Amino acid sequence: MSVAIELQDLRKSFGPTEIIRGVDLQIEKGERHAIIGPNGAGKSTLFHLISGRYNLSGGTVHLHGEDISNLPPYEIYRKGLSRSFQVTNIFPNMSVFENVRCGLMWAKDYKYSFWHLVDREHDLNHKTAQVIEEIGLTSRQHIPAGVLTYAEQRALEIGISAAGGADVIMLDEPTAGMSHSETDQAIELIRKITEGKTLVMVEHDMGVVFDVADRISVLVYGEIIACDTPENIRNSKAVQEAYLGAEAED
Amino acid sequence: MSEIAKTAAAENSVPFVKRYAVWIGFFIMLMAMPFIFSSNIGLYTMNLMGIFIIFALSYNMLLGQGGMLSFGHAVYFGLGGFMSVHFMNYIEDGAFIFPMWLLPIFGGLIGLVFAIIIGSFSTRKAGTVFAMISLGVGELMAASSLIFVAFFGGEEGVSGDRTMGPPLFGFDFAQDIQVYYLIAAWVFVSVFLMYLFSRTPAGRMANAVRDNAERAEFVGYSQRKVRFVSFCISGFFAGIAGGLFAINFEIVTEENLNALTSGVVLLMAFIGGVGFFVGPIIGAVVFTLLQSILSNYTDIWQLYVGVLFVLTVMYAPHGLTGIMMMHTPAFKMKRLGSLLVPYLRIGIPTVCFMAGIAGFLESIHHVRGAPVDETMMSLIGIEFSTHSVTPWIVIFLLTVVGGYLAKTQVSQFKDAWDTANDPNADSEGASS
Repeated sequence: MSVAIELQDLRKSFGPTEIIRGVDLQIEKGERHAIIGPNGAGKSTLFHLISGRYNLSGGTVHLHGEDISNLPPYEIYRKGLSRSFQVTNIFPNMSVFENVRCGLMWAKDYKYSFWHLVDREHDLNHKTAQVIEEIGLTSRQHIPAGVLTYAEQRALEIGISAAGGADVIMLDEPTAGMSHSETDQAIELIRKITEGKTLVMVEHDMGVVFDVADRISVLVYGEIIACDTPENIRNSKAVQEAYLGAEAED
Repeated sequence: MSEIAKTAAAENSVPFVKRYAVWIGFFIMLMAMPFIFSSNIGLYTMNLMGIFIIFALSYNMLLGQGGMLSFGHAVYFGLGGFMSVHFMNYIEDGAFIFPMWLLPIFGGLIGLVFAIIIGSFSTRKAGTVFAMISLGVGELMAASSLIFVAFFGGEEGVSGDRTMGPPLFGFDFAQDIQVYYLIAAWVFVSVFLMYLFSRTPAGRMANAVRDNAERAEFVGYSQRKVRFVSFCISGFFAGIAGGLFAINFEIVTEENLNALTSGVVLLMAFIGGVGFFVGPIIGAVVFTLLQSILSNYTDIWQLYVGVLFVLTVMYAPHGLTGIMMMHTPAFKMKRLGSLLVPYLRIGIPTVCFMAGIAGFLESIHHVRGAPVDETMMSLIGIEFSTHSVTPWIVIFLLTVVGGYLAKTQVSQFKDAWDTANDPNADSEGASS
């Protein structure tokens, strides 16, 4: 199997504070990989580093063997890595349909075209409608995304992230703040939409993590202390002490 | 999905006339206007309106659609004007033969060239940085216009003669009515093209970047390039408007590219409503009317425009178009009629209140501005002495009583508004 994402000695400091302290990680192609860890461990920072939102302080990121360290986010996206955000990040004043279409346009090679009319591009609109149906928002497609319910916005964001057909999808806490039934639906959606793709997710809900992930990395204070199958992670003493034990005491 | 396919098919089968009803209506209106307002002042006003419609729409490409607040958009308008008036003179001198009606193209091209140059660094950031750069560039251009006299003509500007080109179908543009139709044609084409731009991938992404620039980068688009494309096209159309200005007035001066003109276009776009495509059109029409009609009656018309602007910013951030659009749910439920009486009940005292304020401002202005011995003034045809007590009492009563009565009517109006927009018709609203 080939490697989708490879991190080598990844580091990030804000001023004198080092948040990510040398992370090495290989994520296989087609793998479902979860990153867990206590609050403030640097999970979201790690996501921002891989996806180009932050510049690296040290180390390298490779995507499908190609060095993508310090590329701007849109370049990384074009190389096939798409992500969602922990805090919902959509285009609030545009309709649901437009949101998804924006997520598709680059992939459909429209670039900065001002000589195509989006309403005439049947293939584009057809694919948009397909994605919207997959995320279950067909009946809501014409309303502004900003007025959707929280769970719907999360689904929309997953839709935007996956619409362009990127082969690596990174989801930052996709089920945060959801009820049980909403979480079940979200997991169903994530499974469906990332089928055959590489999935990297940060998740707090251990039920979700152990259910979905092939492998789990445990990030504590900017370092990965364990990276293994869910079964081994569950039984690992180090992990229990550092993380799961602490959770249980809450 | 089948539903989508159906609606798409339905959209395609809509007859041509119905599909383009708005554009056909717009075209007919442009053609018919001179028959309704045939006076000289009418034509003058409409010509100016047309120029400002293109200018304001090009501005809204930045502010409304792209989220870029520019304080220097007159640069492209003014440069377009200067370039066109120079070409007008070249045509007159026989340097080359070119139809006068295509002149605004040169305005557009110079607008585009300068937008490419300035946009290459100013679109890097949106928000304050962009606004400050636009302000700086605007001041720079205004200052250069007095330094490079050969191109800008110094303080008296550059003038030309639009009648010297080869005539088109007997049009030599000696008469205002011919200029009107020239401007109308350019307005129609420009408005249509600017609308189409908003429906292209670049136009859609401009909205996306305005909404959430960061997210746009994570779907593959560089926010800077998206802004740059909008900026260039906006500069092009501002230049076209400048070219039409040159043809209409046959003179272009430094005033056309300074901060004042940049302010005017911001005012027009905002009063009309930056959130809607038609907003700036309405803003340009209203502003031109205020400018050319109100200024006949009062010296302090700019004060009223300023007050209107401030009120819009504070209470109707979506502009006049926004206020109109607020009525669509009631209109769809056919309940607009039920709002008439509440509107009158709140409207009449409000008008009295505003008349009182305006009377006060006008009288003060007269007392301060008129010669000492001239105490008589005339306001909307009523003559009175500013030194007698009665007018001041009337003004006071109008303001206080009108204001008080208007205030008492607010709650009844709110109730009527809520009833008219009763949410039990939610399904109807969502289906549109």
